Amino acid sequence: MKLWKAWVIARKDFSTFRTKRYIIYSLVVVPLLISIGLPILIWLGIGNAPIPPSQLPAVISGLNDVFNAFSFLFVMLAGFLPISIGAYSIVGEKLEKTLEPLLATPTTDGEILLGKVIAAFLPSVSAVYAGAVIFMVLMDAVTSAKLGYVYFPNWTVAVILLITVPLTTILSTEFSVITSARVSDARAAQQFGALIVLPLAAIYLATEIAFVSLTPANLLIISAIILVIDALLFSLSRATFRREEILTKWK
Amino acid sequence: MIETSNLTRKFGDVTAVEDLTLHVGEGEVFGFLGPNGAGKTTTIRMLACLISKTSGEARIADYEVGNSADCQKIRKIIGLVPDNVGLYEDLSAYRNLDFYGRLYECSDAQRREQIEYFLKMLELWDVRDRPVRTFSKGMKQKLAIVRALIHDPQILFLDEPTANLDPEFQKTVRDFILELKHEKRTIFLNTHNLDEAQRICDRIGILNTKLVAEGTPEQLMESLEGRKTQVQLQQVTPAVTGAVERLGLLYVVSSGNRLVIDVSDPEKENPGIMEAIVAAGGHIQFITEKHATLEEVYLKLVRDEQ
Repeated sequence: MKLWKAWVIARKDFSTFRTKRYIIYSLVVVPLLISIGLPILIWLGIGNAPIPPSQLPAVISGLNDVFNAFSFLFVMLAGFLPISIGAYSIVGEKLEKTLEPLLATPTTDGEILLGKVIAAFLPSVSAVYAGAVIFMVLMDAVTSAKLGYVYFPNWTVAVILLITVPLTTILSTEFSVITSARVSDARAAQQFGALIVLPLAAIYLATEIAFVSLTPANLLIISAIILVIDALLFSLSRATFRREEILTKWK
Repeated sequence: MIETSNLTRKFGDVTAVEDLTLHVGEGEVFGFLGPNGAGKTTTIRMLACLISKTSGEARIADYEVGNSADCQKIRKIIGLVPDNVGLYEDLSAYRNLDFYGRLYECSDAQRREQIEYFLKMLELWDVRDRPVRTFSKGMKQKLAIVRALIHDPQILFLDEPTANLDPEFQKTVRDFILELKHEKRTIFLNTHNLDEAQRICDRIGILNTKLVAEGTPEQLMESLEGRKTQVQLQQVTPAVTGAVERLGLLYVVSSGNRLVIDVSDPEKENPGIMEAIVAAGGHIQFITEKHATLEEVYLKLVRDEQ
């Protein structure tokens, strides 16, 4: 496999995505809503009434659990953002009738798929990181002003952002590219792709009801599971990418 | 250069191409004619290693179609213009070509030179930075042909390159194909346009799932009715027809003053025919070779097959 060819395909896709407004919106609006909306909620939730010093440790402990759960929203975001790009990747080529000349070039299935994965991965993970930085800065500003302490950065968010988020983005991207190669329109690909968010939402709910604690150790276990699934999905994507079927059966 | 032997492709119970055996030599322009659904596009897709064959054999240059290692090599030496132009509409013409040039592993210098050379040749250089979506259908078609040439392929597969173009653009594309022919590239041309096939192609194959006929345009046209010499006279008299009969040739009288005579070797027989007619007092105005048009041949062969 020639990695530079995958990069050529990814760069072409970046150029194409820049012209698709709905992709830009999903990459900008959703992370901004989370990163600005949540600190505002906390600001309003704490209010202006002074907290008695005796209750402060309990309030901070409760808030820290909430912040951990909020941090996990960025994992969900990493699962959500690549869907629109990944779903468009193969279906988009087919819709624009560009797949036939692309497949006629001396480019392997693996190079094409890796290019598509990179094209969905990099913008998505960049958007998540940008959102997370804004979120942490604002949240620290809120806790510093209201409660006199800063929570971010910490080991939990470090594991989330440096390990769980990239692995989840790869997972979602691969899943979207696989569904994109198996269905014939972008909307269906997006709907199938959205299924990937469900198990992540289940983990989020489990943290909210204190069923799972988001310690760095637990996050590493979750990340290891995602890593195994990533490897399996890449093999599956190569096995299920049938250029002949895509060319002859899609109308 | 291109060789197939009993090449067959089935989609389920439907046979798209059956027992196709043909040979296209180096530098030859081979035209593939046939009605919709005759298997022309399927044939090109098989030869371009886009879809597999069900049975039979095919070779491009020295490489075997169907062998995955050879298919990568085949893709490097062929250029494909599919029936849908398939360009990235939001990218510029230059960016489209540059993208494919990279995938075909052309060097930076080669890409720059090729893109500039072909875009200038087809008068697209001035609009190279415009998004393709702003191009007319004809401009897109020309760009799709340039894309297929970006890596300087020896063999070019063109699937209906002039379909849906206005006559002026058709002529531009046709002239460009003739330029490529002069460069000694092997061209495999799928077309519905009989006039185009007759003007451009060295040989023509008529496909209707099976290869119905194959030959030069002249051979195909002669195959329907044989060769005929048409003699226009001031007047066809019994003396003139008698002279032709004495030569042992069959003829018909057409439009009152024309004799259409069956000949097997006109280059040898025509001088004798002329002498006999003149000796019989006939006043010859014109002599032409008469044969069926390619359209007549095509329609007859396709209808017979159906």
